[in-house]
Amino acid sequence: MSELKKVSSNPHVRDRDTTARIMLTVVAALLPATFFGIFHFGLRAVFVVLISVAAAVLTELLFELLCKKKVTVRDFSAVVTGLLLGLNLPVSVPLWLPAIGSVFAILVVKMLFGGLGKNFMNPALAGRCFLLISFPALMTNFTYDAYAGATPLAQLKAGEAVNVMDMILGRTAGTIGETSMIAIVAGACILILTGIIDLKIPGSYLVSFTAFVALFAALSGRTVDGAYLSAQLAGGGLMLGAFFMATDYVTRPITVKGQYVFGIFLGFLTALFRIFGASAEGVSYAIILGNLLVPLIEKYTMPKCFGKGGERS
Amino acid sequence: MKTENSVWERLFNGIVKENPTFVLTLGMCPTLAVTTSAVNGLGMGLSTTVVLALSNLLISALRKVIPDKVRIPAFIVIIASFVTMTQLLLQGYLPDLYDALGIYIPLIVVNCIILGRAEAYASKNPVILSLFDGIGMGLGFSLALTCIGAVRELLGAGEIFGIRVMPEGYVPFSIFIMAPGAFFVLAALTAIQNKVKIAGEKKGKDMSKIQSGCGHDCLSCEKAAGCQEKTVLDGGQEKTVSNSGQGEDA
Repeated sequence: MSELKKVSSNPHVRDRDTTARIMLTVVAALLPATFFGIFHFGLRAVFVVLISVAAAVLTELLFELLCKKKVTVRDFSAVVTGLLLGLNLPVSVPLWLPAIGSVFAILVVKMLFGGLGKNFMNPALAGRCFLLISFPALMTNFTYDAYAGATPLAQLKAGEAVNVMDMILGRTAGTIGETSMIAIVAGACILILTGIIDLKIPGSYLVSFTAFVALFAALSGRTVDGAYLSAQLAGGGLMLGAFFMATDYVTRPITVKGQYVFGIFLGFLTALFRIFGASAEGVSYAIILGNLLVPLIEKYTMPKCFGKGGERS
Repeated sequence: MKTENSVWERLFNGIVKENPTFVLTLGMCPTLAVTTSAVNGLGMGLSTTVVLALSNLLISALRKVIPDKVRIPAFIVIIASFVTMTQLLLQGYLPDLYDALGIYIPLIVVNCIILGRAEAYASKNPVILSLFDGIGMGLGFSLALTCIGAVRELLGAGEIFGIRVMPEGYVPFSIFIMAPGAFFVLAALTAIQNKVKIAGEKKGKDMSKIQSGCGHDCLSCEKAAGCQEKTVLDGGQEKTVSNSGQGEDA
């Protein structure tokens, strides 16, 4: 044992993962939904998504240059924010709208709170909600090409029949990236297989959503059957929200127990908004409300230190 | 700025140095609630100015008569009387504004700027100065509310004082005339104002008296113990003792 050992400070275990690599994987995982959206809604979807991404990256770059801060656009987090926001917009929006949403998401929600890792709310969703409150008419106009405007969820709320198969494939009205459940789940599989997300939050979210939506729908006097529940699961932004936005590293709880609580709470809120709310969809508001409660959830689910707590003998 | 307690100093103090909205952040309830348009902000500000000036005047005049132990109820009675008068006058002569401001007119009674000035200034200082302290504070409040209202109206409706400003194709951001918009605009205006002050300070101007949220009479200040900037009267000359760097009094 005479050889010299290298003595260094922690961390001793390192991983190849970097923020940029994780963010690029998320972008790759969003590509199936993006391409489906472009295929389904036409070329205009490309412009909406590109403007959204470009505005997000430019806002971050300009803010950091103007404030003489370290430029962090190479970590691709702004690309993810812009892409998620673009996928959450209807294709018919005027082209200045994604830019405004991205500027709000990056500037107000992310940079003013200290940049990546310090935002208390998912920037893409906050941007979407900002646009939804500011321009309700533009943001809920889902008319495109030959299709009529109503989303499957709106039809469902009005008591009309919907074609669940079309909803799973994505041949319905909606925002650019939310319509195809298959494309979203395919992307989510990439994230799960590469270990970037796990099923704790999406799983508890979807299970609790199904339970609460069945309960609330029965309470409000609807007939709850398999077709209704699968339409609720496949419709709207639920899949996109559950896999890509509720799992955002920055705005989810870090404790394991807390992640289950968070998922269940999101399911409860989404079901509440969808059944009893004025609008047919409630995923965005549910997730940003959940984001606000994350510090509280973490406070009450913090695991005990070894040797602390328990009974004294 | 002139001497310590002159009429002009009081006006300047209320409008700039201790602006009730941007510096003291007092009276946030009407600030956030009624500033959906410039007219509403101005109306609220001027109603408050009238109440503030008159109550300061009367409280200052009665400051030696009111027993110390019951001063707060006495102040409230005086303030409430003036608020009731203002309310009835508004209802009679400006019914539109009265409807727009609604419940926030009677709530002027509990606006902490008014009770704050009564307690902090009018109950200790002469009548004329107290009157101008009230007017200064009121004008500062009106100015702030009008600014917030104008920005919200401009972005949320494309108008200022009801006159169309934005071009024809402008789609209003309706979020700005709703509750969240009030917070955005208040925060942005406060930030701009702080920016101006800090920039002025870097150029070497003496902004310390504007920078600090409080006046500089630490002897009568309850928070003096935890205060970052203390003014010590040293041989008749004022010195500002800075315990730590600027901007840490958050």
